[in-house]
Amino acid sequence: MPSKETLQIALNSQKAERTAPGWPQPNSGRSPTLSTLSEDKEAAPSHSGSFRRPFPPLVRPRIGPAQGTLGLVVDPVRHTSSGSRLGNYKAQESVGRPGADSPAVGVRSLGAGLCGLGALRCGCWCRSPGPVLSARASGARRGVARRWRQVFLGGRAMQRAAALVRLGCCPRTPGPWGRSQSSAAAEASAVLKVRPERSRRERILTLESMNPQVKAVEYAVRGPIVLKAGEIELELQRGIKKPFTEVIRANIGDAQAMGQQPITFLRQVMALCTYPNLLDSPSFPEDAKKRARRLLQACGGNSLGSYSASQGVNCIREDVAAYITRRDGGVPADPDNIYLTTGASDGISTILKILVSGGGKSRTGVMIPIPQYPLYSAVISELDAIQVNYYLDEENCWALNVNELRRAVQEAKDHCDPKVLCIINPGNPTGQVQSRKCIEDVIHFAWEEKLFLMADEVYQDNVYSPDCKFHSFKKVLYEMGPEYSSNVELASFHSTSKGYMGECGYRGGYMEVINLHPEIKGQLVKLLSVRLCPPVSGQAAMDIVVNPPVPGEESFELFHREKESVLGNLAKKAKLTEDLFNQVPGIHCNPLQGAMYAFPRIFIPSKAVEAAQNDHPPSGGEAENSSTEGEGLSHKVSGEVRMRIVRAQRETQLSGLPPDGPPTPD
Amino acid sequence: MPSKETLQIALNSQKAERTAPGWPQPNSGRSPTLSTLSEDKEAAPSHSGSFRRPFPPLVRPRIGPAQGTLGLVVDPVRHTSSGSRLGNYKAQESVGRPGADSPAVGVRSLGAGLCGLGALRCGCWCRSPGPVLSARASGARRGVARRWRQVFLGGRAMQRAAALVRLGCCPRTPGPWGRSQSSAAAEASAVLKVRPERSRRERILTLESMNPQVKAVEYAVRGPIVLKAGEIELELQRGIKKPFTEVIRANIGDAQAMGQQPITFLRQVMALCTYPNLLDSPSFPEDAKKRARRLLQACGGNSLGSYSASQGVNCIREDVAAYITRRDGGVPADPDNIYLTTGASDGISTILKILVSGGGKSRTGVMIPIPQYPLYSAVISELDAIQVNYYLDEENCWALNVNELRRAVQEAKDHCDPKVLCIINPGNPTGQVQSRKCIEDVIHFAWEEKLFLMADEVYQDNVYSPDCKFHSFKKVLYEMGPEYSSNVELASFHSTSKGYMGECGYRGGYMEVINLHPEIKGQLVKLLSVRLCPPVSGQAAMDIVVNPPVPGEESFELFHREKESVLGNLAKKAKLTEDLFNQVPGIHCNPLQGAMYAFPRIFIPSKAVEAAQAHKMAPDMFYCMKLLEETGICVVPGSGFGQREGTYHFRMTILPPVEKLKTVLQKVKDFHIKFLENNQSRRWKEQHNILFIVLPDFSHTSLRVLIFYKTLVIDASPNFKYST
Repeated sequence: MPSKETLQIALNSQKAERTAPGWPQPNSGRSPTLSTLSEDKEAAPSHSGSFRRPFPPLVRPRIGPAQGTLGLVVDPVRHTSSGSRLGNYKAQESVGRPGADSPAVGVRSLGAGLCGLGALRCGCWCRSPGPVLSARASGARRGVARRWRQVFLGGRAMQRAAALVRLGCCPRTPGPWGRSQSSAAAEASAVLKVRPERSRRERILTLESMNPQVKAVEYAVRGPIVLKAGEIELELQRGIKKPFTEVIRANIGDAQAMGQQPITFLRQVMALCTYPNLLDSPSFPEDAKKRARRLLQACGGNSLGSYSASQGVNCIREDVAAYITRRDGGVPADPDNIYLTTGASDGISTILKILVSGGGKSRTGVMIPIPQYPLYSAVISELDAIQVNYYLDEENCWALNVNELRRAVQEAKDHCDPKVLCIINPGNPTGQVQSRKCIEDVIHFAWEEKLFLMADEVYQDNVYSPDCKFHSFKKVLYEMGPEYSSNVELASFHSTSKGYMGECGYRGGYMEVINLHPEIKGQLVKLLSVRLCPPVSGQAAMDIVVNPPVPGEESFELFHREKESVLGNLAKKAKLTEDLFNQVPGIHCNPLQGAMYAFPRIFIPSKAVEAAQNDHPPSGGEAENSSTEGEGLSHKVSGEVRMRIVRAQRETQLSGLPPDGPPTPD
Repeated sequence: MPSKETLQIALNSQKAERTAPGWPQPNSGRSPTLSTLSEDKEAAPSHSGSFRRPFPPLVRPRIGPAQGTLGLVVDPVRHTSSGSRLGNYKAQESVGRPGADSPAVGVRSLGAGLCGLGALRCGCWCRSPGPVLSARASGARRGVARRWRQVFLGGRAMQRAAALVRLGCCPRTPGPWGRSQSSAAAEASAVLKVRPERSRRERILTLESMNPQVKAVEYAVRGPIVLKAGEIELELQRGIKKPFTEVIRANIGDAQAMGQQPITFLRQVMALCTYPNLLDSPSFPEDAKKRARRLLQACGGNSLGSYSASQGVNCIREDVAAYITRRDGGVPADPDNIYLTTGASDGISTILKILVSGGGKSRTGVMIPIPQYPLYSAVISELDAIQVNYYLDEENCWALNVNELRRAVQEAKDHCDPKVLCIINPGNPTGQVQSRKCIEDVIHFAWEEKLFLMADEVYQDNVYSPDCKFHSFKKVLYEMGPEYSSNVELASFHSTSKGYMGECGYRGGYMEVINLHPEIKGQLVKLLSVRLCPPVSGQAAMDIVVNPPVPGEESFELFHREKESVLGNLAKKAKLTEDLFNQVPGIHCNPLQGAMYAFPRIFIPSKAVEAAQAHKMAPDMFYCMKLLEETGICVVPGSGFGQREGTYHFRMTILPPVEKLKTVLQKVKDFHIKFLENNQSRRWKEQHNILFIVLPDFSHTSLRVLIFYKTLVIDASPNFKYST
């Protein structure tokens, strides 16, 4: 709460403003123009002031303590909304000093400065003013706010200002993380709007002026709860006591971050490609060298550092096609239909981008499962397409029912043109593996309703249940006969990030398109060309995934052992998670047939629901597992919590679930 | 042209159709529904035919020669438009065979099959039907088209069909590359529209139904001329004789593809990060190991294989901020303002995406230089924003003039809301390096007009002219005082792809944002989160670029030598290119102050302009296509970057090694003179064996006169100088 000190600083600042010479006066209300600037000349005699250049050529001396004062344009609204602004100026002070020994060190120390201000380093998102902040700003500070608009503080006053901002900036009570950030931000900006005259110069890019489609995007997997987790981690580092000692990030399927070791063979080939001098080293197996040589030969200038063709390196696309053919028991794949991508996300958003068209009732509708992976809803928002939900059947182990598809498409036809059907198999976050019959039904439905099929099959290697088997849409499509296989348009996606390799960071992936109109293929290549090419290192990783060591090769045994170990462990953990969850009263968990996640249904007592509605997150439940709320994954039954099973290298960790079911509010 | 054979195959096919059992009949006109399918049951007794599953569970036996025939749904329109479709089925034949030894081999052989059909492996774009094809399809074949709708050929007939398709599919005459692909495609689809009943089942995703903004995108740097280059390369591989032995891809700034060696230190650190077992190897220097350890510690699970934060790995962002501070002589940079990206392109399109809003007259206008790097126009099309052109001043070494900015913004205000000003410094493709004063003027202009500034500074290390120095917008902004430094919104971009490192393939890059509204920062992180994170290997490469070995470290000497060698060579090549181009009559090249490209102005005789128009090409596209066909040199026409009307240019990289570059320049010179000669009126030459060519010198102070006598070319310009 602002105290006497606040007011004093503000007054001091005012004084400083009046006495500091040579600074252009703020033109409150109207923005400075050429003419107002030349008026300023009298007040600022150092200005050179010709029409062509109405500002001094070099104003640097103003920065830094050499002048005794430090330039600081303080706007309390902006300040309360971002601690880092002040941090900026602080750094300016310490770094801009002429003759400072090492500017680099100065900037690194900025990190500490920011932490001191209570700003979170890695998440400026959470710095946007929640309503709590805005209320403070609009309440107690109203009295001094107007006079704060431009103040020039000396070094010491600066420090006190920092202390002040810390007071207002860093509320220790948890913010309303449960709400969508955009609505919180909208509310905050509404507060701003009430006092438009306070902002001396409006930003060009604001929440009001920005792309509304981008604003509408929500992405729960990396949303507020994850940012909160980062905040808690920082607090733990700073020694703040919590009922737990570490944050376990179970929110995202990031295998290697959870301790999974990379597949040795894959990394060997990658290292050889990266630094070809190693090709002479005896410590690498010959089969890895052979693959590395082949990959390098396919790259421009024999280097991973060259751009590849926009569609991807030719020989890698051939390998992908061969892999698909093998996987699908001989159903042919054409390298021309393979497009390498920056992770599967890139492929999915590219295909959606090319598909969306029309306006009003003929705007493209995209059918997605609920619960879905939020990439879909995010991209749909971004493209301003119409999201058409079909619900997976939780009672039936999250199975997909064609009657539900039919219902969804019929209802959607009233207000949009449903043109795309997205399937995630194995399901994310639901983990179900579709039966062959179900896939046939879906293909027939797509054929019947003339829908473009998108099959997200990134978890194709992650099938654990012995009763289930992964069937690719491509294979089933071809086996359904030419009426389907030559008509149904299908794009299927795969990635290096999941499966047994878990190479998320390389952003490797591919998509295969079937029955795409040749002209559209041209358009697709053109669109991909604009981004030049997917990362070549990711393409190389994809190659090893589709072209692993085969029996007889030197590395086969190790590779096989590593792969089986990862998949075997995942299967064990899937079963364990299901069993343990189902022992907890108020939690029900369907079998985890595939993928990497548990998506248990949790019972939330009505008192907690009310508390949530009142914007008070259950404080007893600073759950140490950062998982993603079901709401973000758009399930119709609110209160789903997604939890991932990638963590828990030690089985005991999974047993450490809260014994009393879901947390209850105090 | 279809011959008797065509008709015969068609008739045979018809016969085959009537006799082939067990195939569902096509339901022309209306699309098959559940009920029509169950009607089909009688004709197709193998169908299981329940309501839930009106198709047989496994139809694979139909594929492959085990059945004696091969399923082939032939639609001539589709066929002529894509050789690969047929190739598909061919593969089906060879691969789907039960008991085939290795399916993988079968699929690889598909490539050969496709080539045999005349389809280009790597470029399905160029397979889209040009008007030439469409005209054939709509003309000669009209008679048989209707009867072709679904035919079932045996193995032999299939081969003949392939031959036939090759005839129609692969016109050896050059296609209309000069036109935008989309317009060619649109024309082709117009042909399709005339006969909608021919397509048994329309595709859902077609040129008509696709996203119109995506359709409008054009991207010349990888456009038709590059696809043509790929085609020629394949022809060379197949042994087809050309007047040259290799294609030189001077179209894109891809240093390592041109033979530049990667910086050893960078690759050492990357290899160590990729395969940490190497950290114990004595063959890597300690400073590389130190950096690798530090990077790995900053990654989740100590692995490059984990996702990073959406904004990028923290410690790399700190390094970037430190680098910027160093570069800008102490102007502070905040790691919170740094966003690592997938190459600079990703950053640029993300910022533009978040900026574009409004409708009608309040739609966001984006000011871009002309000539520009076509990423900008492509993203603007994609976002349906309004492109506002400002022209760089070619007479004045491609300088940016603020009066021109003012003109552009005033004119744009009539029809859009100009909100963004994009600057490329050093210029791409124009290579100019902005003076400090010019940058100040631009910043003041942006401040005055309330424009969001985007500074594309990916060539910041590539400044060659001794008179020029790179000034970052960030630095100048801060030195202009707080009124500017705390108000002007700026995003600046850098990348690992250019400079001295040329690591294009890793797709590393960063952007720094200044004065971005904190709420917008949140929105930006959210938007970036959807794509999870930039490639971590690219982030690591970026780290080495901003945090290279320093004096005293073990690797410093080698690093320094490699860096200076690359940059020294580039400076030499920049000078060489300028000098050699300016010796060629009809070519004028501004000094290459920076970046990696020459963007010379070329004189194209009116006869060639007419010839280009006859081919429906831009004149410079015609010129570049001829250059590619006759010399194997692949450059990008100026029309892909934008240029003042009536002027013609091309962009060529200066990246080839010096000796090769000299050859390239000599070839361009010879080609150019021959091009001038061939496109003059021939009568005079035939009569007198002598030809005068009068060329305007682009400085407008003189004319250049060329005299062709037999095989001699005499530049007689000095004798004809006059003053304007």
